[in-house]
Amino acid sequence: MLAVTALKKSFVAPEGDRVRIVDVAHFGLGAGEQLALRGESGSGKTTFLNLIAGILAADEGRVTLDGQEMTALSEARRDRLRAEKIGYIFQTFNLLQGYTVLENVLLGMSFGPGADKAHAAGILERVGLQHRLHHFPRQLSTGQQQRVAVARALANRPKLVLADEPTGNLDRRHAAEALTLIREVCREQNAALLLVSHDREVLGAFEAQQDFAQINRVLAEAPR
Amino acid sequence: MRADRALRFCGREGRGREDFKTFSVTLPLIIYRSLRQHALSTVVTAAGIALACGLLMCVWMVKTQSQAAFTQTTAGFDAVLGARGSKLQLVLNAIFHLEASPGNVAAADYEMIRKHPMIKTAIPIAVGDNLRGYRLVGTAPELFTNVEYSPGKKFAVQAGGNVFTADAKEAVAGSFAAQRLKLKVGDTFRPFHGLAYDPKAEHADEFKVVGVLEPTNTPVDRVIWLPLRGLQTMSGHDPKAATDVSAVLLQLRTPMAGLQMDMMYNKQGNRLTFAYPVGAIVAELFGKIAWFDQVLALVAYLVALVAAGSVLASIYNSMSARRRDLAILRALGAKRRTIFGAVLAEAACIGAIGAALGFAVYFGLFAGVASLIRSQTGVVLDLGAGHPVLWLCPVGMIALCALGGLVPAWKAYRTPVAETLAPVS
Repeated sequence: MLAVTALKKSFVAPEGDRVRIVDVAHFGLGAGEQLALRGESGSGKTTFLNLIAGILAADEGRVTLDGQEMTALSEARRDRLRAEKIGYIFQTFNLLQGYTVLENVLLGMSFGPGADKAHAAGILERVGLQHRLHHFPRQLSTGQQQRVAVARALANRPKLVLADEPTGNLDRRHAAEALTLIREVCREQNAALLLVSHDREVLGAFEAQQDFAQINRVLAEAPR
Repeated sequence: MRADRALRFCGREGRGREDFKTFSVTLPLIIYRSLRQHALSTVVTAAGIALACGLLMCVWMVKTQSQAAFTQTTAGFDAVLGARGSKLQLVLNAIFHLEASPGNVAAADYEMIRKHPMIKTAIPIAVGDNLRGYRLVGTAPELFTNVEYSPGKKFAVQAGGNVFTADAKEAVAGSFAAQRLKLKVGDTFRPFHGLAYDPKAEHADEFKVVGVLEPTNTPVDRVIWLPLRGLQTMSGHDPKAATDVSAVLLQLRTPMAGLQMDMMYNKQGNRLTFAYPVGAIVAELFGKIAWFDQVLALVAYLVALVAAGSVLASIYNSMSARRRDLAILRALGAKRRTIFGAVLAEAACIGAIGAALGFAVYFGLFAGVASLIRSQTGVVLDLGAGHPVLWLCPVGMIALCALGGLVPAWKAYRTPVAETLAPVS
């Protein structure tokens, strides 16, 4: 479902040098599969997820999602593919503060297959926010905001859900609940889940784990 | 606007159609929410645009309408004969009942032109008195019975009244003057000497109102009309000038007559002035004060430019605050051109709100100016009149605002998603 081949990305450091952040020879994820990537802060995990999502353009290499090579697409086509096939859960939730809970979910849908109010309301009910549809994010608790982010990511029935430290801003109890919710909803929708975290408890909940240092050759080559 | 209403119709048909629907249905929600989030700057900016738009439309409409109204206001006459002096002063005095009379026309001169074969109608007028600031004009009853003040329209007296008789102490009030002075048929009054109201300068003669004219929307409405003889022989007036008139209003049999009279009175004679044609002489006045219109228009254009600049500044300044929202929208799959279009459309929307409010400013300003012009000259400007400027100005304003939105839209277009959403880890 997801195949990454010879993916490279570097940035220009403040000193002017090009610094390679990601160098992944091969990475793959099957349909409905759930995998946790373990990695320290600054290891390039977010960059890797952004490359898969098509938010960042790779310097080299290929990302193939559901049979479509994202890296060969124009930026506009990548945007559409992301909207249609990828759900992204951010550590800071990245909710649109000026929009209601329902609008946050509907807007995400409108860039993809199309807004469907009944489906949006349904998925918000699934995450327990049926009574908060017309609330603004600032009127919700942190845990509730996280659930909105989950609903938004899953609303388009994506093939792949990317979760970047999704429980980083939650306390232990809420983190465990959020993680369970994400995994359950992904299973229900048969969406593959790629989660990156440095939190051992989060990682411990996954049957399948991988050390990002093992797949990112930049880290393997770097002195420890 | 609710999300369900805004997004209900997003379909799943073709990609092109989806793109269109995303653009046309999602965009209003993005714009609406952004305007709501920056409500204060939206209101302030829209108010500036409203002022600019209203001012521009008002300047333009007052200018065109007043020019048309003044140049077309001839009271049904082709020319005016008066004492030697300025043609413009003569026309303003005799037709618009403004300014002082440049002097008198002797009875013999009046009789001569009245009997001239090229003259169709000659109506004498005499001025020099007022009733609490409203001008009293002596004339012949034929003005009301024989003259069409505009094609197909004759003066009419309101029900219950009649035109004065030539040798009676009677008066017919113009509609506006009657309304302001609360004059009705049967009322009596004593005139005041001079064109400006001086309570100490009251004449002893008493006149009775025998009629009130129907509104004509011309300077005639501001005048109280007396029999010529009544004004000429009023107590306190110079008995030596009792047969003189202030001017003679003339209808010519042919346009050629005007040129011949011009030659006779203005070029060959040196005692009288023949003002012809009336409309062209008033147009000269507008030519002389054209600079004033230009200054007003320049001010309005500057206000419009400043308003468009304020759209640019307000959206541009809010870009850092909304950068994250734009990056989130991009991460959700919004294309760069959607973001660009959203910011551009937002600028145009502020322009549209301002332009809509501009009509309120326009109506308010125009009503005020029209009321002032009517009370000062009797000329009526039509608030409901249409003119291309009434759509050109709002459309131009919206376009100018959209132009002002180009810079912030470009900035939004270039928003780096990954960098904005989270530090690279």
